Amino acid sequence: MTAVASRTRPARSEVHYDRSRRWGAWYVAEHELRRVPGYKWSMLATAIGSPLLYLLAFGVGLATLIKSGGSAGIDGVSYAQFVIPAFLCAGAVGTATEEFTFGVLLGFKWNETYLGMNAGPITPRQVAGGHILFTVIRMTITSGIFLAIAMAFGAIRFPQGLLVLPIAVLGGLAFGIPLAAYSTTIREDRGQFAVIGRTIVLPMTLFSGTVFPITQLPIWLQWIGWISPLWHSTQLARIASYGHVEPGWLTLVHVAVLVALIVIAALIQVHLTVKRLNR
Amino acid sequence: MPSPVIEAVDLVKTYATTNAVDGISFEVAPGESFGLLGPNGAGKSTTMRMVGAVSTRTSGRLTILGMDPNEHGPEIRSQLGVVPQQDNLDTELRVRENLLVYGRYFGIPRAVVAKRADELLEFAQLADRAKAKVDDLSGGMKRRLTIARALVNEPRILLLDEPTTGLDPQARHILWDRLFRLKEQGTTLLLTTHYMDEAEQLCDRLVVVDKGAIMAEGSPASLIKEYSTREVVELRFGSEKNQEAAATLQGVGERIEVLPDRVLIYAHDGEAALNEAIHRKLEPVTSLVRRSSLEDVFLRLTGRSLIE
Repeated sequence: MTAVASRTRPARSEVHYDRSRRWGAWYVAEHELRRVPGYKWSMLATAIGSPLLYLLAFGVGLATLIKSGGSAGIDGVSYAQFVIPAFLCAGAVGTATEEFTFGVLLGFKWNETYLGMNAGPITPRQVAGGHILFTVIRMTITSGIFLAIAMAFGAIRFPQGLLVLPIAVLGGLAFGIPLAAYSTTIREDRGQFAVIGRTIVLPMTLFSGTVFPITQLPIWLQWIGWISPLWHSTQLARIASYGHVEPGWLTLVHVAVLVALIVIAALIQVHLTVKRLNR
Repeated sequence: MPSPVIEAVDLVKTYATTNAVDGISFEVAPGESFGLLGPNGAGKSTTMRMVGAVSTRTSGRLTILGMDPNEHGPEIRSQLGVVPQQDNLDTELRVRENLLVYGRYFGIPRAVVAKRADELLEFAQLADRAKAKVDDLSGGMKRRLTIARALVNEPRILLLDEPTTGLDPQARHILWDRLFRLKEQGTTLLLTTHYMDEAEQLCDRLVVVDKGAIMAEGSPASLIKEYSTREVVELRFGSEKNQEAAATLQGVGERIEVLPDRVLIYAHDGEAALNEAIHRKLEPVTSLVRRSSLEDVFLRLTGRSLIE
C-alpha cells in the first residue's frame, strides 16, 4: 500500500490548482460526457429516428394532402423543406429542456453530484458553465445527425444549411438556460417538469411557426411566437436551409432575442447556483 | 509547535433567526485527528461545511491552511478531502469512473488519476468492484468509495462528516481500520460523530458540541477523567421504580443520574457500589458495571444522552 496522503510532501493539489481554475467547467462537461455511454443508444435512436419519421410523415404523407389542397407548398418550398428546419430546432429545444430540467435537478438533488464537485475546487460558476457546455456538445451531436440526414434527403441545402446547426443550438440555449435558472430554484419535485412540458413546451411548439407560419394565426395569438425562442431560431434556420426571405431588421431581432435570453439567463443561473451551493 | 492547519475563532452561522453555530473556537494541528462530538442538530455539519469552504460564515474568524475561505475557497478546497454525511457519488457511473472524474476536478493529469484510482481502490478494498455499478455496492462499500474519492488529490486535511452513521458494526470496524491507517500516515483528520466509541477510537482530541456551542475540550481520556468517574454502574428497576430506587441509593458512589430507563451510579469502584446497592435491599432487574465513556461526559455536561 503506497501512502495515499502525506503531510511531509507538499500537496500535489497545490501544483494542479491553476489548471482546475482555468479548466474547471470543462472537467464538469467531461464528467457528464462520461455518462453518455450509459444512454448512447436511446440518444442515437432519437437523433436518427426522429428526422426519418418527420421526413416520412411530412415529406410523403402530409405533403400529398397539402398539395392536393391546391397549394404548391408553403413559403415557396415543399412542405417537407418548410417543416424540417423547424423540427430540427424543436429537437434541440427538446434536448435542452431535458438537460436543463432533469439534468440540473439530478446534480443538485437526486445525485448531488454538484455538491461533490463544489466540495472540490470547482466553483458554482464552473458547475453551471460546465453543464451548459455539455448540453451544447450533446445538442451538436444530435442536431448534427439530424442535419446530415436532412441534407442527404435534400430537405436542407448544402452548404448554406450547415448554419442551421449553430442556430438550433442557440435556440436550444435561449429556451434552456432560463429553464435551468428555474430548475435551480426547485427544492421539492412536485411534477413541475411535467407541467412545463404541457403548458410551455407543447404550446410553444404548436404556435411558433413550426408546422405553419405564425402569420396564419390571428393577431392575438401571434405574440406567443414573438416571445418564443423556438420561433426566432426556426426563422433563422429557414433562411439558412432554403433561403426564406424576410426584412433584414427582423433577422437582427431574431439574433438579438436569442443572444439576450442566453446572456441574461446565464447571469441569473450562475447567481442562483452560487446561492444554492453556498449552504 | 507547527502552526495550525485549521483555526476557528468565535465562528457563527445564522440561518434565518437561529444560530446553528454559535461562537465555536478550536484549532487543529497538522497530523492531528480532531473530532466534533455531539447529538444531531448540534451544529457539527454546519461547522464542517464552513471549514470545507462551501458555506460562508456569518461572523467570526476562520483560517484553513493559512487562508480565509471567504477569499480563497477553491484554492482551499483543492487541498481538502471531503466525506459528506450523504454519499454523493455519481450513481450513473461505475466505481472506478467515480474516482477518475473526481480526480480531474483537481486538474490532475489523466494518467496520474488512473494510477491513483487503482491504488485507492486497493486501499478501500474495492479493487474487485472497480467495474461495478455504484448502486450495487453495500452501504459500507459506498462509504469506502467516498473516502477513496476524497483522497484522490492527496489532501492535506480530510473532513469526515458522520463517517459511519447508518453502517452495521462490521462495516464500521473496516472503515475505522482504514481511517486509522490514514491517521498513522500523518493525514490530518477532522471528523464529526455522535458515536462516543468512534470518537474514542479515532480522535486525539475533541470538542463536545451542543446547541451550536462547545461544552468541553480535550483528549477522550482527559475528558472522561475530568467529567466522569472511572466506572459506572447501570441498574434497571423497571421504568416505574427507577426514581424510587434512586432515593434509596443516595450516598452510594460519587454521583447518581436517573434516566427514564435506568439509574446510573458514578463511582471509582463499580463493584463496590453495586454491592452496596444490593446491601440496601434493592433488586435491580439487570445490573452492569462498565468503564466511563464519552457518553457519560456528554450526559454530565448537558443532562441528556447523545442518541435520543
